[in-house]
Amino acid sequence: MNTTKIFEALANEKNETDLSRRDALNKTLKLGLKAVIAAIPLGLSSIMSNRAFAQTSTPGVVDILNYALTLEYLESEFYQMGLASPGLVPSSDMNIIAQISKHEDAHVALLKSTIASLQGTPVNKPNFDFTAGGTFADVFINYQTFLALSNAFEDTGVRAYKGQAANLLADKAAGAVITAALDIHSVEARHASEIRRLRGFKGWITQTQANGLPAAIYAGEDNTMQGGKDVKTVTAVPADAITEAFDEPLSMAQVLAIAGPFIKA
Amino acid sequence: MKETNDEGTVQKILTAQFNRKTFLKYSAIAGSTMAIGLEACHKDDNPSMSNGTVDVGSGDTGILNFAYALEQLEAAFYIQVNASMYSGATNEEKQILADIMNHEIAHRDFFKAALGSSAIMQLQVDFSKIDFTSRASVLGTAKALEDTGVSAYNGAGQYIMKGDYLTLAGKIVSVEARHAAAIRDLLNPKSASFAGDDVVDPTTGLDFSRTPNAGSPSIVATANTFLKTKISATKLP
Repeated sequence: MNTTKIFEALANEKNETDLSRRDALNKTLKLGLKAVIAAIPLGLSSIMSNRAFAQTSTPGVVDILNYALTLEYLESEFYQMGLASPGLVPSSDMNIIAQISKHEDAHVALLKSTIASLQGTPVNKPNFDFTAGGTFADVFINYQTFLALSNAFEDTGVRAYKGQAANLLADKAAGAVITAALDIHSVEARHASEIRRLRGFKGWITQTQANGLPAAIYAGEDNTMQGGKDVKTVTAVPADAITEAFDEPLSMAQVLAIAGPFIKA
Repeated sequence: MKETNDEGTVQKILTAQFNRKTFLKYSAIAGSTMAIGLEACHKDDNPSMSNGTVDVGSGDTGILNFAYALEQLEAAFYIQVNASMYSGATNEEKQILADIMNHEIAHRDFFKAALGSSAIMQLQVDFSKIDFTSRASVLGTAKALEDTGVSAYNGAGQYIMKGDYLTLAGKIVSVEARHAAAIRDLLNPKSASFAGDDVVDPTTGLDFSRTPNAGSPSIVATANTFLKTKISATKLP
């Protein structure tokens, strides 16, 4: 199996077991937000469904930080489990994976303390299933599967933080939290670039090229409209490069649809 | 020694960073004391010119023009790099440097178009401190520019008034961070340098962020070492 194309290979598998796994994943993705929310632990699902305490439809700063914390819990546990799996991470890449793991652990701690300092309550760590119900059964055995999921989580993380920046701005209590969120966001982007290159791809995202990952992770990355301008009309740079030059945000609903299969009910 | 100068610049940029403990203290005070201090007064936001120095202006226009200045500098640098590629560059290095050039040109051209009549002029660059025949000089400068770009967008973010502009800055800064990681990996392959402890605080996991005038040398001062047309940001933090 061409392990760098694990997801594509998965999609092309013809045997019944894998077909049903694929169907299960597709179904999970298609069921959309409602089902995903049901699968998400209490804290986060209340963020998404119980808006009674909010004055507007825009989530408040604590809600956003708890959303970020949930994603950081996922990344943190993912790398911890990877590092704890004997023989998974080759020694040549150990410095890289250990550095990323260190950052994700630090993000969890920072977000928890920041939420507490804002008189909020940090959500509890959910139970994760990094095989997504068996779809990625070899995630902690096959390094290429591990890297593929790492790539998926990092690029999704970048898009998730970006999607909440303006919402933080809308909450006047956010203040310097915006800077902290941006400072995490760019670290996730550094991680994403490195992991993508370890997989043999460019560090940046061209059009909606998913490199074998679920298409939802790169939906909208082919956008060239920025600030009301079609960048294609104001520069001689090729369209592919324009799409690489601007990373696009994802909404909470989009991110939770991607992350949902990895979060156990 | 040109390379020494570049390394020196990098070191200065990295050691003159903003005090993270102070930041965390502010962060813990729930942000109210760090409320956005800039009120956009659209007519007065526009850039100005005096004694040959271009001031980027104030408010969101000032921040966007500051970004435009940095993107002009980055684009000019990578155009020069690609026009006179150092000998021995691998195909991967050529691909990365060509891609980054295109990205920075796209950023530059976008800002110029988006700012319209409020845009600062085309800045003249001074790359006399860079040895374009030297891999170490080119990649060292690239690393400094990318890390500086990341910290500049991160630091300016909280002063942006309009949500759309903040999202836009977010769309660009993560690409700069992708560049920074790739360049750092070219310099120190397979190491932790792509997100090294020298730029990402190992305790908090936070990247650098700096306002235009913070630190010594500031981002403005660092940019000016590569600019014939000097810039200032007197109406920004």
